[in-house]
Amino acid sequence: MGIRERLSGNEAAAIAMKQINPDVVAAFPITPSTEIPQYFSTFVSNGEVDTEFVAVESEHSAMTACIGAEAAGARAMTATSANGLSFMWEQIYIASSLRLPIVMSLVNRAVSGPLNINNDHSDAMGVRDAGWIMLFSESNQEAYDNLLMAHRIAEHKDVQLPLMVCQDGFITSHSIENIELLEDDKVKSFIGEYKPEHYLLNRDEPIAVGPLDVQAYLFEHKYQQAEAMRNAKKVIAEVSKDFEELTGRKYSFFEEYKLDDAEIAIVCMNSTAGTTKFVVDELRSKGIKAGLLKIRMFRPFPSEEIAKALSHLKAVAVLDKSDSLNGAGGALFEDITSAMYTNKAQVPVINYVYGIGGRDTTSTDIESVYTDLAEIATNGGTNDFYRYLGLRK
Amino acid sequence: MNDLIEIRWHGRGGQGAKTASLLLADAAFNTGKYIQGFPEYGPERMGAPITAYNRISSTPITIHSNIYEPDYVVVVDDGLLDVVDVTAGLKESGAIVINTTKTGDELKSKLKDYKGSIYTIDARKVSIEALGKYFPNTPMLAAIVKVSGIMNEDDFVKDMEGSFKHKFAKKPEVIEGNMKAIKLALEQVTKIN
Repeated sequence: MGIRERLSGNEAAAIAMKQINPDVVAAFPITPSTEIPQYFSTFVSNGEVDTEFVAVESEHSAMTACIGAEAAGARAMTATSANGLSFMWEQIYIASSLRLPIVMSLVNRAVSGPLNINNDHSDAMGVRDAGWIMLFSESNQEAYDNLLMAHRIAEHKDVQLPLMVCQDGFITSHSIENIELLEDDKVKSFIGEYKPEHYLLNRDEPIAVGPLDVQAYLFEHKYQQAEAMRNAKKVIAEVSKDFEELTGRKYSFFEEYKLDDAEIAIVCMNSTAGTTKFVVDELRSKGIKAGLLKIRMFRPFPSEEIAKALSHLKAVAVLDKSDSLNGAGGALFEDITSAMYTNKAQVPVINYVYGIGGRDTTSTDIESVYTDLAEIATNGGTNDFYRYLGLRK
Repeated sequence: MNDLIEIRWHGRGGQGAKTASLLLADAAFNTGKYIQGFPEYGPERMGAPITAYNRISSTPITIHSNIYEPDYVVVVDDGLLDVVDVTAGLKESGAIVINTTKTGDELKSKLKDYKGSIYTIDARKVSIEALGKYFPNTPMLAAIVKVSGIMNEDDFVKDMEGSFKHKFAKKPEVIEGNMKAIKLALEQVTKIN
């Protein structure tokens, strides 16, 4: 049953890529994701994979090379962070609109400026409407597992969308932790071969990829992209179920940690969810009914399911590791509150912007959020809903 | 989580504190534990103060933050005693292990209000004797294993031999010296308070 190992999050992502053995990897180094292509290029030079590794001169070229490879009919992967993703920006939209199931490791880091190399989610939040499936990972294990599921989801005929697997820069990418790996042959048979329906190197079906899409067609193509994103929910559920049968590790759209009988709860993503679990356990031992909803599937966003899962609570706090700088609230907060409003879940919700630029988020910080929530649960809602956690004032 | 042990390393960029924390994680992993080993990242400069961390537990570890109330602190460079509050949050039931030649009284005066145990080792002497060069991380790794008792010493020695054979596959000439550094450090770490 699996291989007991200890790896950093970056090592875990690189090992997943080795086991996936994609046709093409094109990447340009940027902290903190640099190690992923670095380790992977070692696998290439040692002959452990038969991937064509393209050492491009920029992230824009990395994404462009992945687009070319996928359009040709190959399986392509890349990895980046922060400004690397910013530099890919134009091509990010091309990849999704051409319906190319590229898989990316996004090791989350603050987008400059001012220049900062540490973790927050501003890179991921910047591309949340770019038509990519976005899965978030609490740990090295989840980053690994999400990557193993990625191609089955992205390449499914009802989806055909690019997918990014996010994990927290340094916090998980550079921390050595226990992990359970799958055997190579099990990964290979789980993922299967990539058989695209239409591709450039098919001599029997000459096609054009990426020509001008005029007024008469673009709207319909965008609708198809939106439909594909809606379809992805069902496919993610199916693939996650198959993965659970293979590994025993259960993945849903989101994880509910001690949520069903909770009165107050935090909603967050990535590594902070682990710290929150630690705090939930401590509070539970004191008789406080605290819970957690950890988002795994951020795009597509499971609005209805989340609203239902939060509807019984007395107060909810949404933690955003990126400030939308819009005077209204963080991106996750806006998604959660809109999900709750449209699904008639009437629960007071507050927002905390936290952990910006690598500001450490401690168990004490998380505990203070639950203290605030307990106060709201007792005394009712508040207009002071846009807050900061761990900010020096 | 009752048996969770948290360790904080203070060193200077280039001394190998990060590597030592990863080796400690490795060794504890090999005894069946759940582990974390991670440095605090910034724009590292050679010689600048750096911090690294370990968590070791017999149950899964989910917490992902730095360590503020460690059970043990390892100081790889005693010059840091003047510039970093190395005992901040250190539990009095725990201990601090310092690479130094300073006397107990000197150390106590530098550590001011700290009431817990103090251990010292002259990692420079150990390293020069074993390796002919100054690499303080291997002796400090052995010292914290001895002081914390997180694993049996014999198991640790055997495990490190395996790790070094793997780590130094292309430099086998340094394996013997590193093993000697481990053994000397296990003998020479001294409790002064």
